[in-house]
Amino acid sequence: MATTSIRVAETPLVLYALRRADDALILSHRLSQWIGRGPTLEEEMAFGNFGLDLIGQARALYAYAAAIEAAGHDEDDFAYLRDASQYRNLLLVEQPNGDFAVTMLRQLFYSAFADFYWRAMMTSRDATLAAIAAKSEKESAYHFSHAAEWVIRLGDGTAESHARTETACEALWPFTGEMFESDAAERELCEAGVIIDPASLRAPWRARLGEVFAAAGLALPSPDRWMQRGGRSGRHSEHLGHLLAEMQILPRSFPGAEW
Amino acid sequence: MAGTGKTPTTPLWEVFIRSRGGLAHRHVGSLHAADATLALHAARDLFTRRGEGISLWIVPASAIIASDPADAGMLFEPTGSKIYRHPTFYEVPEEVGHM
Repeated sequence: MATTSIRVAETPLVLYALRRADDALILSHRLSQWIGRGPTLEEEMAFGNFGLDLIGQARALYAYAAAIEAAGHDEDDFAYLRDASQYRNLLLVEQPNGDFAVTMLRQLFYSAFADFYWRAMMTSRDATLAAIAAKSEKESAYHFSHAAEWVIRLGDGTAESHARTETACEALWPFTGEMFESDAAERELCEAGVIIDPASLRAPWRARLGEVFAAAGLALPSPDRWMQRGGRSGRHSEHLGHLLAEMQILPRSFPGAEW
Repeated sequence: MAGTGKTPTTPLWEVFIRSRGGLAHRHVGSLHAADATLALHAARDLFTRRGEGISLWIVPASAIIASDPADAGMLFEPTGSKIYRHPTFYEVPEEVGHM
């Protein structure tokens, strides 16, 4: 591509903000790929709304990363001028949309976590993060509610929808463990009271999903199963490269383009 | 009822929004949804994207009893000549002041 990627000085706090921002941006982009393809107009609007909520969260976090990095980068630079290996999002959110069950289950897994996560982050000693958390929590709560209603109906629906939801769960489950992991950089922030330890959300997340799965007539996979990891340190599935190529082609080909 | 016959699994619902406390719910449109809960979600996602309201009502379109447009003459025209039903028809004596 024409424009070279930026280099980001990833201090623990910058890295933290980029990780959370990348989660939101990549999931938002995935949801935007449903526009024009939704099963119904009503559901397509719901995906669009979720995507816009997540774009807003990503922007706030990128803006904060830009402010603390203080290297002259802005939100667009972070979104458009980093390669896949520089992206720090969870592998879960970059997984392809698949069918409706895959998209809904991915949304359920992520929002069930994000809702608890942002609620807990409202007590952060970092006032900016606490404010972003307060806004994001309400949005995530609705995403969870909506995804849960749908997963219950898909699991408890027809034989076809039940089978597809089971298949989706098999495909996505190995990507759920990464949400609860943290590294040395995050533990440092955790000890300073800036962020919370995501591992503390593992049990409540599982309990909450258990309720949804029980109502859906689905079996929740064992927590001891092997989990995929790598997104947080830039080791992504090939899907992210394709996604970024599509998302970044315009600003990379025509730097500074406005329309 | 438009839609209900053609989409038996996602019937038509009518959406009402209360824009502010103290105001009545007002009809804003309709949508298709499989059940009441999903209808409420869809109403939220379709009709409250720009801060339109603080409360939603969802009603199955099939529950609404509508007047027949063919009866409009019988139902509504006779009232056109009853201008004395409007309060402005009457002159209030000066001495009454504000009522």
